[in-house]
Amino acid sequence: MSKTLFDKIWEKHVIAGEVGEAQLIYVDLHLVHEVTSPQPFDGLRSTNRRVRRPDLTFATMDHNVPTKDIFNVQDQMSRLQMDTLVKNTKEFNIPLASIGDDKQGIVHVVGPERGLTQPAKVIVCGDSHTATHGAFGAIAFGIGTSEVEHVLATQTIWQVKPKTMGIKVTGKLPKNTYAKDIIMGIIAKYGVSFGVGYAIEFYGETVQNLSMEARMTMCNMSIEAGSRTGMVQPDQTTFDYIEGREQAPKDFESAKNYWSQFYTDDESDFDKILTFDVSNLKPMVTWGTNPGMATPVDQYLPEIKDENDANAYEYIGLHPNMKPVDINLDYIFIGSCTNSRYEDLEIAANMMKGHHLAPNVTAWIVPGSRVIRNCAIKSGIAQIFEDAGCEWREPGCSACLAMNPDKIPAGKHVASTSNRNFIGRQGAGSRTHLASPAMVAAAGIAGHFVDITTDEFV
Amino acid sequence: MEAFVSETGRAVVIPNDNINTDIILPKQFLKNILKTGFGKDLFYDWRYNTDGSLNEAFELNKPEHKDASILITGNDFGSGSSREHAVWALTDYGFRAVIGGGFSDIFYMNSTKNGLLPIVLPEENRKILRGIQADETIQIDLPEQTVTYKNNIFHFDINSQWKEKFINGEDDIDNTMKYEKLIAEFEKQRPNFG
Repeated sequence: MSKTLFDKIWEKHVIAGEVGEAQLIYVDLHLVHEVTSPQPFDGLRSTNRRVRRPDLTFATMDHNVPTKDIFNVQDQMSRLQMDTLVKNTKEFNIPLASIGDDKQGIVHVVGPERGLTQPAKVIVCGDSHTATHGAFGAIAFGIGTSEVEHVLATQTIWQVKPKTMGIKVTGKLPKNTYAKDIIMGIIAKYGVSFGVGYAIEFYGETVQNLSMEARMTMCNMSIEAGSRTGMVQPDQTTFDYIEGREQAPKDFESAKNYWSQFYTDDESDFDKILTFDVSNLKPMVTWGTNPGMATPVDQYLPEIKDENDANAYEYIGLHPNMKPVDINLDYIFIGSCTNSRYEDLEIAANMMKGHHLAPNVTAWIVPGSRVIRNCAIKSGIAQIFEDAGCEWREPGCSACLAMNPDKIPAGKHVASTSNRNFIGRQGAGSRTHLASPAMVAAAGIAGHFVDITTDEFV
Repeated sequence: MEAFVSETGRAVVIPNDNINTDIILPKQFLKNILKTGFGKDLFYDWRYNTDGSLNEAFELNKPEHKDASILITGNDFGSGSSREHAVWALTDYGFRAVIGGGFSDIFYMNSTKNGLLPIVLPEENRKILRGIQADETIQIDLPEQTVTYKNNIFHFDINSQWKEKFINGEDDIDNTMKYEKLIAEFEKQRPNFG
């Protein structure tokens, strides 16, 4: 019988239950961080339960960590949460990449970087951006805290199998447009909840030609379309990325042969298909307070259709007679599980090379992991950022969610490579404009957004 | 978890679509390492003015809605971050059910772990429910899968296993432990490439 990539992986993991009902699914990799794990470990202690498979569990800290003066955690609540993770992982024998550790970083950057994220696995984490790992052809989804406890105790999870949706991406990406623009374009076109109840597979020639970093960016923002799971069929690009990494399978050839059987047989197997052509794609910028409120950089901001639009415009301090180039920026933020990988930083640095930030713009460059940070220092990218006047920080979630000291002040406009432009997300009263690393870097230089597909830039 | 069989209670209407979990419970409250005490911070940015005083215009703050146990809302409730703290804030505040046009998948699952019943009803039903007065009540009957308001009886769908879990208030992990043998067998045949 003809099946999708999702179906094939799912079937390999069902322990009990029938399709249509809740099924007990085995979890191959459980990623843990400091925010959504204290209560589960407490729960295990109070019921005298153990962690079933510490060897399939990996912890790091990212949400709360400061990105400068990293060992000086001023916020006592943050410190307690971080200390609690250290204590819990020690007690339950779970490997931890703690602050300052050379493996530490954003959980969704670290999993792939260590080689833990592999095709055909079921991967969960108490974080909605877990879909990132689907870029490797894994079923990866975010779970709640009760589910974290359940996975720790049983290495399994009860789930009703979602429907499948194929998003076929076609066309050649115009110069200086990126995976970020594709996923933002898809969400702008289809809305922020079209993926609810579906597992999405991105496919088509355009997707095949993307790097692993770019695929991760796309899958990462599946949740901004309402879907817990985004995925891409594993191929040679995937295998090449994994090979040689610390936790890659020792018997790599056998693993590769196994992984190669996971692909969608026929697109008619999807419950639903959407299409998106990128041939004329423009860099995308959000103007409002959800990721669907986005516009191509060269267009006027949309007219006010309803109360949601009116509220968004009021909060963000813009109006429909403007274009993204008219948005004066106070901050730029390059980082987050969406866009903080080496390739993202390299693209941003190329845009900044030989230039300096506009006056009044503060720039925070926050690599996704210590490994990336070290690579960028070695290759000279870090120096380019510093020469341009940017603050070159230590790894963490930083201003993506501002649970740590990195907060955008009220009323300030920030061009951000992160994933959510919700009200107050990057700091109370902050005004977020999501875009690609290249767009954000160029905006930092100009002091406002610019169309980087024009002759001046390509 | 606390069982849910039925609920007769007052309702409060917050009709907005796309109320994400950042709105339900902002991130500064995720630093707590306990599961309790989140109710006072529910809808924080809507409930309190920037100086920390109560925003008296917000529905939840109106004295007549003080005892509401049912929240009536719009489409796509609970989207965004996976934080279960959002559900804990709703239950800690005193809500037992949320009636909306749709819920994010993660929020829905989190609700099923905490006895907060998420009910999906179409707009034509919710339109009627939005007319509820502060002193009127709604009856929710889970075994019958109905929401009753005045003369209106609305049917809602729910997966049979989640329904059973709500009614029994059973602990997921205890239940899964019954499958221990199957899990162990599964582990033996998992592919392992070193």
